Amino acid sequence: MSIQVRHVSKHFGNFQALDDVSIDVAGGSLTALLGPSGSGKSTLLRIIAGLEQPDSGEIFLSGEDATASPPQKRGVGFVFQHYAAFKHMTVRDNIAFGLKIRKRPAAEVRARVDELVALVQLQGFADRYPAQLSGGQRQRMALARALAPEPEVLLLDEPFGALDARVRAELRRWLRRLHEETHTTTVFVTHDQEEAMEVADSIVVMNKGRVEQVAGPRELYDSPANEFVMSFVGQANRFGDAWVRPHDLELVLEPNGSTREAQVERVVHLGFEVRCELVRDDGEEFSVQLTRAQATTLELERGQIVYARPVKETVFS
Amino acid sequence: MIVALPIAALIWSSRNDGWSGFWNAISAPEAVAALKLTLAVAALVALTNAFAGTLIAWVLVRDDFRGKTVVNGIIDLPFALPTIVAGLLVLALYGPHSPVDVHAAYTRYAIYLVLLFVTLPFVVRTVQPVLYELDTQMEEAARSLGARELTIFRRIVLPSILPGILSGVAMAFARAIGEIGAIVILSGNLPYKTEVASVYVFNLSESGNGTAAAAVAVVLLAISFLVLLAVGGIRRMATRYERA
Repeated sequence: MSIQVRHVSKHFGNFQALDDVSIDVAGGSLTALLGPSGSGKSTLLRIIAGLEQPDSGEIFLSGEDATASPPQKRGVGFVFQHYAAFKHMTVRDNIAFGLKIRKRPAAEVRARVDELVALVQLQGFADRYPAQLSGGQRQRMALARALAPEPEVLLLDEPFGALDARVRAELRRWLRRLHEETHTTTVFVTHDQEEAMEVADSIVVMNKGRVEQVAGPRELYDSPANEFVMSFVGQANRFGDAWVRPHDLELVLEPNGSTREAQVERVVHLGFEVRCELVRDDGEEFSVQLTRAQATTLELERGQIVYARPVKETVFS
Repeated sequence: MIVALPIAALIWSSRNDGWSGFWNAISAPEAVAALKLTLAVAALVALTNAFAGTLIAWVLVRDDFRGKTVVNGIIDLPFALPTIVAGLLVLALYGPHSPVDVHAAYTRYAIYLVLLFVTLPFVVRTVQPVLYELDTQMEEAARSLGARELTIFRRIVLPSILPGILSGVAMAFARAIGEIGAIVILSGNLPYKTEVASVYVFNLSESGNGTAAAAVAVVLLAISFLVLLAVGGIRRMATRYERA
């Protein structure tokens, strides 16, 4: 099911959460809404689900105007950051909820729940209550619950935000795999650019209630539309009017015409790569990404004076 | 010690005339009538307030309207008032000089009304905090899964607030059984008609029959205790999912 958002605006009191937002989500795609907190990404997701009403603008689901239809009628599965588990129901009853509402036959409900319990790898936990599960298990249960009625769209609001790094990485891969199997149109909200890059085919970058750019992960990184996208998606240093990625800077020990003098502040070893933090002669701080071999050759240490030369830079008009 | 010692003393003094004396005191026709009336009215009051109290708590938590803080404050009034004043309030409203022309004074109906007034805050104040704490995203999740509002209330909200309702109901019931100040000037205290157990105990005690008074009091005590015990059990069952 495709989603079209047309000129949607929304404010809460004096706060403009969304300002004339229009996006297209292709049917069967996996899209990320990426932005800092307060950028309006969660509000947009909730409006698509019908949990929030826009002040103006329209939502089309499969080409039909769904702006006025209630969440019950939208055929949308929603996953919340804090799981929204039905605390007084077992895992089995949580997952079965959407099916029982639809008055499906008991045998069918049982079969579908068993299938989903296996899909989210909660075998042996079906008769437990949410309080007896870990965060990752609760979120997998919430996913199974949202998937049970076979929604045409799956919406996830910071689904991995409350989980620790290891579980988060595992669930990201799992979501990606699930999408490859089911091809359900999926939109998820995140403030983590790495998560968006890793999971999504298409990324909508939002800032202050507006859409800054819509692109695939690679295009977003290589050709950012403006300074906000440049600095929000990946690291970037400012050199006068130009922006330079940390891996697009070269450090040398002797100055030449195009280099800037800088002093080493800190050398951070991150396994296969080394990050060097420096201060320029004008007081500006920046960082450079090096291989271990490069760092060893330069014999970098704190207080040392080196010279930086941009290999590739981007200028926004 | 503060609670147990007087109870022990009461039970001890109720047996001054032996088991047969105890039995005679509590099976006297007037005692049975008073106990029956007390239990029936208290049950009805608790039931009414289970609905009214939950509704008021819901409106106070989920709705916004002008004067909400004032209404919220008024709810506690029955707690703050001496109960005899509550009796006078109801007498003024429904008594012989009733401004609304409802003459309920000296009837069983008056007992019901004044007990409703006195015990209303119990349910409101136990349900309110539970509703505040309730994760509204549970309701949104149910909505996106296709549940209608009534189903959401029945399947999601009610199971979550039921322990709160039960606590409030139990306290309201126990209070209704023991209330005397609000009733004594309003009910007329006609034996077999409008005489409640607490007033009966008071009358027995005043007329020098302390042993019989203690016997009936022990019955009231036992009923209150059983109700609290039963509600505790239901609460434990209703919240079993919280114990991991």
